Amino acid sequence: MALPTYADPLERAWHYTYLVICGLVFLFLIAPILIVIPLSFNAEPYFTFTEKMLALDPTGYSTRWYDALLTLGHPAPETARDSSWWSAAWHRATWVQAAKNSFWVGLWATILATTLGTIAALGLSRPEMPFRRLIMALLISPMIVPIIIIAVGMSFFFAKACVAPDSAMGAIFGYFLSEKGCLANSHLGVIVAHAVLGIPFVIITVTATLTGFDQSLIRAAHSLGANPRTTFFKVIMPLILPGIISGALFAFVTSFDEVVAVLFIAGPDQQTIPRQMFNGIREAISPAILAVATILVVISVLLLTTVELLRRRSDRLRGVTGR
Amino acid sequence: MAEAATELLTTADGRPLKAALAAAQSRARRRAFLLVLPLLLFVLLTFLVPIGYMLKRSVEHDGFSASAPALDAWFDQNPGFDPANPPEEAYAALVSDLARMQVEKTTGMAGTRINYTVPGTISLFKKGAREAADLAAPFKDSLLALDPAWGKPTLWRGMASASSPYTTEFYQVASDRKLTDDGWARGGDKDRVYLYLFFKTFLISALITVICLLIAFPVSHLLATLPMAKSSLLMILVLLPFWTSLLVRTTAWIALLQEQGIVNDLMVGLGLIGDDGRLTMMYNMTGTIVAMTHVLLPFMILPLYSVMRVIPPSYARAARSLGATSWTTFRRVYLPQTLPGIAAGSLLVFILAVGYYITPALVGGADGQLISNLISFHMSKSNWSLAAAIAGMLLVAILILYWLYDRLIGIDRLKLG
Repeated sequence: MALPTYADPLERAWHYTYLVICGLVFLFLIAPILIVIPLSFNAEPYFTFTEKMLALDPTGYSTRWYDALLTLGHPAPETARDSSWWSAAWHRATWVQAAKNSFWVGLWATILATTLGTIAALGLSRPEMPFRRLIMALLISPMIVPIIIIAVGMSFFFAKACVAPDSAMGAIFGYFLSEKGCLANSHLGVIVAHAVLGIPFVIITVTATLTGFDQSLIRAAHSLGANPRTTFFKVIMPLILPGIISGALFAFVTSFDEVVAVLFIAGPDQQTIPRQMFNGIREAISPAILAVATILVVISVLLLTTVELLRRRSDRLRGVTGR
Repeated sequence: MAEAATELLTTADGRPLKAALAAAQSRARRRAFLLVLPLLLFVLLTFLVPIGYMLKRSVEHDGFSASAPALDAWFDQNPGFDPANPPEEAYAALVSDLARMQVEKTTGMAGTRINYTVPGTISLFKKGAREAADLAAPFKDSLLALDPAWGKPTLWRGMASASSPYTTEFYQVASDRKLTDDGWARGGDKDRVYLYLFFKTFLISALITVICLLIAFPVSHLLATLPMAKSSLLMILVLLPFWTSLLVRTTAWIALLQEQGIVNDLMVGLGLIGDDGRLTMMYNMTGTIVAMTHVLLPFMILPLYSVMRVIPPSYARAARSLGATSWTTFRRVYLPQTLPGIAAGSLLVFILAVGYYITPALVGGADGQLISNLISFHMSKSNWSLAAAIAGMLLVAILILYWLYDRLIGIDRLKLG
């Protein structure tokens, strides 16, 4: 915003104050995130910059906290780093296990939320949809209802949602459930919980993409002889794909960042990265947390870039369809 | 035209047009609904049913009713008994139940249930159950000789009410009401725990909303008025925190604000404060407010920005050319046009702040805890019904706000980034 030429000195002064305020707010937003990156290379077990770090002395920096991510929980951390060391780190190191859990839970929760959410969004964006407003409100509500309420409800219900391990149901689903055959303390329970939390994001992004979608294209495809399946995969899908992917990324990030539901319904086998961080911050806070934080910041930068590129592509595509 | 109106319009295959249209429309409605159905069922099973189950738990507790059958039966037959002076049969039933509890090892459960309304009951029950088998008739005298607390009217009121598994007592407790000798009444000042925390949570959330609004307003305005290329570059600074893990941001604030943290080091280094005068900005209310403001700020900036971007600058120019000062232009012309954005952002931030858990739990210390943390505390102490009742009250508050949001802004206007 340029200052108009007729501005008097007071307005000028105010304008520059305004720019300074904006700059400070941007600093407030971004500084905490950037600050963890150099801090994670601290050679000392402190959460602040040491004098050596400020003097840019290389001995003040180290990658020991990244190393700690591999050695925590490692059966023989001091031995030579041969293939068996790496194999032990892959299978036993606490943070690596947490990362694997986070990844798989996030992946399945995303697949579940995105599939169900996209199909539902297709229905919701049809003008004929009955009770549209009410259903929309219900499907968005996992984002609005405090996570603690959802987690408490699930912890009650999932402890009761069991099948007998020796029954037919137990034979089919037993593998996904806990040893007692319950949703509580099981991977499936965490996946389901995270899928519920991711659904609002998929619904919001996909319905937003569909508002610019020209419904007559569906009729055109039908009149040209396409069956509903072909119409979906050849006409609808390519146009709303950017929306689906950003929704899926939102759902994945939601799961990847979720800790409260995990605290309430997961068992020791479902330690995820956020839960490990939560415990770490509460109990013995070490700069290893900062190393994890740095890795997560890098991941979120990558995800943000992807979503931004997709959004631009989506806008461009919708422009082409002649909205 | 009169003939045309009386003659029924039909489709090519001879059906009345009206009926054919109705059939086609209902088919289209059914198709649309069928697409939504799988997700609806999923959400019903994994979201609505658990919350319903939680609400059921908030009015249900069979810890006493299941372990004291004789007393249950007596209370059923004598609903109008005088709690200040229960008769001998009641005491007889109580002693037989106590003996039974000792055998079935349910004393703790029963005592805990009564303990919610009558503090100190767990030890009373344990002692009573241990001695119950040795007590002789008349039971009233022997039990009162064991501990005169057995004659308290409050205890009898509490047991009468707990003899049914369904109760509203947990909501009474969560509203800071207290069972007295004359029934339920408002608690004294030192009993104001839950409502006080609700009040505090709403107050802090309102404060955070106002702070967010004040600092989001200039930034959104800048983003909305800058040329697109520059503003999308600056937008990244808003979106990156949005995409960064909450725990990362909380960790960062701990590193910044703790006593040996960067902000304190910086101020000591600049000579603003002495080394012994380091500020306590973490593990208290300040920490909660700062970290939550940071986390929720993007939720304020994004709706404000999307409203401000479509405000035509010509209105402000017109106001100026008609002689309005810049302040008047802002107050009378620009600000009213941003109201939809202010409403959307403020409500969203407030709703999210009221239910916040992680940040207060990690950086709030003792006095920075909010209502969610209290629910979690009672869950960890196995006070499930009480936790569920507090959660139920929080849920009602959130649903009212959500309804308001839908009425004022519309949930389909909710956007992400």
